Amino acid sequence: MSDTGAKNQPIEVRFRGGGFAPKARRSVGLAVFIFLIGIAEIGTRQGWISSLTLPKPSDVLATFGELWESGLLFKHLIPSLSRLAVGAAIGASIGIAVGIMIGLFSYVRAGMVPLVAAIFPIPKIALLPLFVIWFGIDEASKYALIAFGTFTPTVVATYGAVDNVDRSLIRMGQSFGLSWLSIVRKIVLPGAMPGILSGLRISLAIAIILLVAAEMLGAEYGIGAYILEAGSLYDLERLFAGVVILSLLGVILSTLIGFIEGRLLSWRA
Amino acid sequence: MDIRLDAISHSYGDTEVLRDISLDIPNGKIVCFVGPSGCGKSTLLRLIGGLERASKGRILQLGSPPEGCLNPLTYVFQDFALLPWRSVHGNISLVLEDRNIKGAQADAIIADVLARTKLSDFSKALPRQLSGGMKQRVAIARALAVKPAVMLMDEPLSALDSQTRELLMDDLVALWTRQSFTAAYVTHNLAEAVRLGHRIVVLSRRPGEIREIVEIDIPLRDRTHGDAKLEQTQKHLWDMMRDEARAADEELLDV
Ligand SMILES: Nc1ncnc2c1ncn2[C@@H]1O[C@H](COP(=O)(O)OP(=O)(O)OP(=O)(O)O)[C@@H](O)[C@H]1O
Ligand SMILES: [Mg+2]
Repeated sequence: MSDTGAKNQPIEVRFRGGGFAPKARRSVGLAVFIFLIGIAEIGTRQGWISSLTLPKPSDVLATFGELWESGLLFKHLIPSLSRLAVGAAIGASIGIAVGIMIGLFSYVRAGMVPLVAAIFPIPKIALLPLFVIWFGIDEASKYALIAFGTFTPTVVATYGAVDNVDRSLIRMGQSFGLSWLSIVRKIVLPGAMPGILSGLRISLAIAIILLVAAEMLGAEYGIGAYILEAGSLYDLERLFAGVVILSLLGVILSTLIGFIEGRLLSWRA
Repeated sequence: MDIRLDAISHSYGDTEVLRDISLDIPNGKIVCFVGPSGCGKSTLLRLIGGLERASKGRILQLGSPPEGCLNPLTYVFQDFALLPWRSVHGNISLVLEDRNIKGAQADAIIADVLARTKLSDFSKALPRQLSGGMKQRVAIARALAVKPAVMLMDEPLSALDSQTRELLMDDLVALWTRQSFTAAYVTHNLAEAVRLGHRIVVLSRRPGEIREIVEIDIPLRDRTHGDAKLEQTQKHLWDMMRDEARAADEELLDV
């Protein structure tokens, strides 16, 4: 080190570590929501946001209250939730199964990867008429649309996750003479679980989007039908009440997956 | 049970890795393999363990494995290869479950191998909570749990710091002295080789051929630091290795 003038002036070493390790801070997320809604409320009350651009949050809340009291909320919510549950469950489970097969078998990989790549960019909503012809205007076509939309992202996430499983662990399993099934169940699956779950976050958000799309066509009840009806009447309060329900649904599902991750992936910590 | 390598040669595509290796790994002895980096030591071990097929030659098991042996040829890996989502106990029970050893019987085996590797207090810990030395002891415990006829150890101590390595070498010697096991032990650390090996196989640079087989007849537990004869053997090994390493370097320069 060259000694220029201030050589007996100790300088504290600057801290440059830390970061890159996000921690759970729930209150911050809540604060962001409250802040944005608060601004909207104040703005619409004071008039610098016109009521034509944005409904008053308190009015939306009131609409929500009416929905609840009239019992219409559950009349719309329950069919939507069951469509979401059935469709997403079918799509995600087939997706995980196919993803694992792609990860394990060369022929399945060679056959399916191009197919999945071909299906992925198709906007599934465009296929709704086709599904209506195939499965009828009833529930089945809605399940099919949601399942199809969840399937592709799940497949891609799953086979990527299987590819990323540490090969040395698999060699270890083989060297101890574990059966093929044990290796898949006890080494490949748990090793792929982090990737599968983060893929599921995306798939479920897509499932909600498709749920609304499916309900916009030929559904009497459902959040999508409710939003479509409100939209066609330019009833912004009800439109927003519907949108808020969807957002809440998204937050709840994401929290649920976070909870499952906490349970299944506690070994990562 | 002995292992016999009968004229083993192996190539990956055009690269010849091993050439005409014949030797015996006698029951109850530790055979160390040393040689310059890339000479095919790990490959040889994978061939012995049946994880890969040799291009030429045969690997033979002579005699039958000891009674109660679940997995005759058992690896201890350099990177431990523990499942991060299973506890110490779970990592060992993994290799027993497939043999239908469960419940009390498995617990007894696991308790025994954990005691032998001085890990009894850590059976519930997850791998990330363990130090490197402890992880490798878990891997050794896991290998012992299947009562192997031959342990195949690929640089088991290389990922550890030198103090931990010393301690684990002592542990291995104690383990062997209590109940002698057979091992093929790959290392590039000559001190390890002369401390643990009954027989040391020196391989040449790639393609790996046997340059020399050195026998050391001092019993393992009598091998102390600064033993003149061991030092001399180690120096002899080092001279050979240095020649090979230097020649390998010069070959690269010529390319
Ligand atoms: N699966 C493989 N495919 C192609 N080449 C390989 C493969 N595995 C090893 N090799 C080559 O074979 C040679 C021997 O490799 P090996 O890992 O057996 O060496 P090693 O003696 O264990 O070296 P080190 O001391 O660095 O661990 C190397 O040149 C390596 O590049
Ligand atoms: Mg190696």
